[in-house]
Amino acid sequence: MAGSKTTGLRMAALACVGLLAVSCGSDSGGSGSPGGTNAAPALEGRGEITMVTGKDTSNNMQRLTDEWNAQHPNEKVRIVELPESADAQRQQLVQNAQVKSDSYTILNLDVVWTAEFAANRWVVELPRDEFDLENFLKPAVDTAEYRGRLYAVPVYSDGGLLYYRKDLLAKAGVQPPKTWDELTAACQKVKALPEAAAIGCYTGQFEKFEGLTVNFAEAVNSAGGTIVDESGKPTVDTPQARAGLDKLVRGFQSGVIPQKAITFKEEDGRRSFQAGELVFMRQWPYQWALANKTDGSSQVAGKFDVAPLPSDGAGPGVSSLGGHNFAISAFARNKATALDFIKYFTNDVSQRSNLLATSQAPTRTKLYDDPELGKQFPYLPILKQSILSAKPRPKAVRYGDVTTAIQEAAYAALTGAKDSGTALRELQVKLQDLLK
Amino acid sequence: MNTRAVLRYAGLAAILMYCLSPFYWMLVSAFRRPSDQFSLSPIPDPISVTNFTAVFGVDVGFGRALVNSVVVAGIATVLTLLIGLSAAYTLARLRFRFKNAVAALIIATSMFPGISLVVPLLKLVTDIDWINTYQAMIVPSMSFALPLAVWNLTAFFRQMPGELEEAAMIDGCTRLQAFRRIILPLAAPGVFTTAIITFITAWNEFIIALSMVNDKSMQTATVAISRFTGAYGFDQPFGTQMAAGVVVTVPLVVLVLVFQRRIIAGLTAGGVK
Amino acid sequence: MTVLPRRGRAAGEAGRLAALLLSPTFVVLGLVVGYPLVAALRESLYQTGQTVDAEGFVVQGERFVGLDNYAAMFSGPAAARFWNAFGNTTFFTVVTVAAEVVIGVAMALVMHQALRWRGIVRAGILVPWAIPTAVSAILWQWIFQADGVANAIIGSQVLWTTEGWQAKAAVMIADIWKTAPFIGLLVLAGLQIIPRDVYEAARVDGAGPVRQFFSITLPLVRPVLVVAVLFRVLDTLRMFDLPFVLIGNRKESVETLTMLAWDEASNLRFGPAAAYATVLFGYVAVVALVFVKLLGADVIGEARERIRKDRARKEEPLVRPGVVHA
Repeated sequence: MAGSKTTGLRMAALACVGLLAVSCGSDSGGSGSPGGTNAAPALEGRGEITMVTGKDTSNNMQRLTDEWNAQHPNEKVRIVELPESADAQRQQLVQNAQVKSDSYTILNLDVVWTAEFAANRWVVELPRDEFDLENFLKPAVDTAEYRGRLYAVPVYSDGGLLYYRKDLLAKAGVQPPKTWDELTAACQKVKALPEAAAIGCYTGQFEKFEGLTVNFAEAVNSAGGTIVDESGKPTVDTPQARAGLDKLVRGFQSGVIPQKAITFKEEDGRRSFQAGELVFMRQWPYQWALANKTDGSSQVAGKFDVAPLPSDGAGPGVSSLGGHNFAISAFARNKATALDFIKYFTNDVSQRSNLLATSQAPTRTKLYDDPELGKQFPYLPILKQSILSAKPRPKAVRYGDVTTAIQEAAYAALTGAKDSGTALRELQVKLQDLLK
Repeated sequence: MNTRAVLRYAGLAAILMYCLSPFYWMLVSAFRRPSDQFSLSPIPDPISVTNFTAVFGVDVGFGRALVNSVVVAGIATVLTLLIGLSAAYTLARLRFRFKNAVAALIIATSMFPGISLVVPLLKLVTDIDWINTYQAMIVPSMSFALPLAVWNLTAFFRQMPGELEEAAMIDGCTRLQAFRRIILPLAAPGVFTTAIITFITAWNEFIIALSMVNDKSMQTATVAISRFTGAYGFDQPFGTQMAAGVVVTVPLVVLVLVFQRRIIAGLTAGGVK
Repeated sequence: MTVLPRRGRAAGEAGRLAALLLSPTFVVLGLVVGYPLVAALRESLYQTGQTVDAEGFVVQGERFVGLDNYAAMFSGPAAARFWNAFGNTTFFTVVTVAAEVVIGVAMALVMHQALRWRGIVRAGILVPWAIPTAVSAILWQWIFQADGVANAIIGSQVLWTTEGWQAKAAVMIADIWKTAPFIGLLVLAGLQIIPRDVYEAARVDGAGPVRQFFSITLPLVRPVLVVAVLFRVLDTLRMFDLPFVLIGNRKESVETLTMLAWDEASNLRFGPAAAYATVLFGYVAVVALVFVKLLGADVIGEARERIRKDRARKEEPLVRPGVVHA
C-alpha cells in the first residue's frame, strides 16, 4: 500500500527535479557579456522590438509608434505598458532583468534609476556621437550618464515650480517671493486679509515616499548645501544642509506648513491648493492645466501663477530634477532598431508633439523658447530656468537604499521624532556606507 | 415571533450596511466627473459616466481584459474544483497512511509569501516559453486556490455522514456514482461556496498576471486597472480606478446572485434522481 | 459495524486510489509552489551583487554564505526592524482574525435565520471580498486621507497614514471589512449542511437557542470554521498589499514580514529577501501547526468520524437529500 501510494508523490517530485534542471541550465550562461570595454559596443540586429513604459497618458506614444511602424514594417515597435505606480514599474523591469528575459527592448527609466541599471549591466552603453546631445537640456543629459558614459537618452524632463496665488498677493500688495523669508513674510500679509485669515502658507510633498527625497534635496540645495559633492561623497551633515531641513521643520512647528501636509503626495497637495487652502505650493508643472480648469473643480482657476522655487539667500532656489530617459535592455535582440527608434522618439518633431499632447516637459532646449508653445504653456520659461539650475538626486547604484535613508531622516525630523541635527548626522553615516 | 422577525431583518440590514457603505463611496466616486474627484458630497453632482467611458476607452482594451479574466478565472475554477474534489474526497473518505502528512503538505504550499514566488516562477515560465499564454496565469491561480479548496471541501465532506454513501455502494453503486449522487448534492452549498471563493481568488490575482504577460491583448482586468493613468504625469485617476472596480465587482456579484439558486438546485436535483 | 471487514479488504485498493486522486493536486502545487520554494530556500543561502568593481559595475555572480543571511536578521539594527515587523504581523493577525470570526459568524447566523432575502444578502456580502485588493486599498486610501470622508464623518483631522496607532487601525479596519464576509460565507455554507432534524430533535429535548448554538451549531460547523480561520491566519500572516498601498512602504507602524521581504528584494538583496520569506514560512508553519493541534486536529484526521458515528447512532434516520436548503 505504501509503495503504490507514493506514486503520485514521486511523480510530483520528478516534475520538480526536471524543472530545476531546466532553470539551472539557463541560469549559468551570460554573466559578463555586455560592456566591459571603454568604447560602447556596437548595437546590432534589426527586427521587431518592444518599448516598455509606465504611462502613455495621452495616447501620443501610441500615435508616434504607429507612425514609425508604418514607415518601418520590418522593425515594428510594440508598446508594453507597465502599471501606473513607479514601484511596480521598477519591480517589473528588475524582474525581467533578473531572468534575462528578451521581452523588453527599450526601457523607459525614471532619471534616478540610471546608475542602478547601468552598474548591473541591465542596460547597454549608448554611442554618444549618434545623438545631438548638445541640443538637450544639460542637467537632463547628466541624469542619463553613469561614470561618464551614456546609458540612456532623456525623453521627458521635470522641475519643481513655486505656485502662488497671484490674486491674494496682489491684494496684499506683495511681490512673488524669491527667498523663503520673503515667502513667510508675504504669507503673513496675505493672512492679514479678512478673506484669507485661515489660509495655509506653503506645502510640498512630505509623505514618506520619493517626493520627500525631492523636497528634502530642494530644501538642502536651496540653502547652499548639498547631499553629495561633485565626487559623489556624502556631505549632508553641514550647517547649510541643516539650515535647509530646519526651514521645513520650523515650517511645520510654526504652522506655516499645515500639519496635514505630512501626509501629502502630489495629488493631496493639488487638492488642497485647488480648494483655495494654500497661498504657496511646491509642485510639478502638471498642476498648471488641472488647477486652471474652469469646470468648477478648481477654486483657483486663473488666480495663480508660478515662480522659481525660493532660495535661502542669494540666487534662485534649486529644484530636484525629475523626468524619464529611454535605455536599451542588455538582454534584448534588435538593438540597432531600438537605437533608431530612440532617435526618432527624441527628435524635434516628436518632442514637440509630446509636449502638446501631454504637457510633459521636453528635453530639447529649443522648445522652451518657442513663442507658439509659450502661448499654450506660459510657465515654460520659468520651468526652463528651474530645470537648468536643478540638481539631480544622488547617483547611486543602490539608489533605493539611499532614498530610503534620506526619507527616514527627513521624515523623522519633520515629525519631530528626531531633531534635525541628529537626523542629518545619522544620515551622513548611512550615506557614507551606501556610497563608498 | 414578530420581534424575532424584526431582529432578523435588522440584522440583515446591518450586514448590508457594513458591506456596502464603503462600496457606496466607490460607486459615488465612480459616478463623479473626473474633475470632481476630490469632492466629499454624498451624491455625485452632476452625475457623470465619464469615468466609465474612460474605463472602456478604445485604447485601454478593458473589454478584452474582462474576457481574459473570465477565461483565466473560469478555467482555473473548473480545474481547481475537479482536482480539489478528488483530493478532498480522498482525504475525507479513503483510509491510507500519511493522510495527515499529505494534508499538511498541501496547506504548507499556502504558507510562503506569494511575492517571493514571482521571480523563480517567471524564470520557469520564460524557460518553458509560456510568456503571454493563458496557462501561465491559470496554473499559478490554481495552485494558489487549491490548498484552500482541498481543505474546505474535505471539511464539508467530513461533515457529511459516511453511511449513506456506504449504503449506496452496498446497493451496487460504484464509488464514483455514490460520490456524484449522494455526497456532491448534499455538499452543494459547500462546493458552490468553494467555487465562488476560488473564482474570486483567481479573478483578483494580480502579480502573476502582471509578470507573466506583456502583451496587451492577454492582460487581465486587474492588470488593466493598474495601468490606468490620469491625463498628466502625477494625477491619479481615482475615479476611473473606482469605476473599473465597480465594473469588475458588480457583474461578479450579479452572476453569483443569478446562479446560486440554479446551481445549487441543479446539484440537489441531480442527487434526488 | 458491518463495514469494517469491507474496509480491511479494500485497504490496498484505497491506497492506490488515494495516490491516483491526489497526484493532480501535487503536480500543480509542485510546479507552481514547490519549485519556487526550493529555489527560494537555495537563494537564501547565497548573496549576489553586493560589491562594485573599479569601473563602477556590480560584480556578477553569487557567493555561498551559509546561514549568514539568517544571522544578519537577528543582529544590529536589522534585528529591531525584524522584531518590529514580526510584532506587527502577529498583532494584525490576532486582532483582525478574531474580529473577522466574530463578525463573520454573526453574519452567517443572521443569514441562516433569514428565510427571504438570504440570496441577495449573501451576494451582497461578496462585495467587499470581490473587490480586487489593489482597488480596495486605493479606495481606503482615499477614505482615510487627511481631507477624506473618514475624517469628515468623525469630524476631526486624524492623520491616518502617519506613524502611530491610527495607521495600524486603518489597516485593520480595511482588512476586517474585506475578509469578514469570507468567514461569513463559509460558515453559512457549513450551517446549510447541518440537517434540520438535528435541531428538531434538540427542540424536542427542550434546548434553548443559546444551548442549541453551543451544543449543536458550533460543534457541527467547527470543521468548516476551523478551516476558514486557519486560512485567514495564513493569509493575514502574509499580509502585504493593504498596508503597502494604504499606508506606504517603510512605515514602522505597519511594516509586516512580507513587506520586509519585498523591500529587501526590491533593493536587490535577494539572498536576505529569501531568508526573510523562509523565516516567515517557518513562522506560519508553526502557527498553523499549533492552531490545528489546539483547535482542529480532527478536521482532516480520523477522530471526527468517531464523534459523528456516535451522533449518527443516536439520531437515525439521517439526512434526506430534500432537507438541504440552499
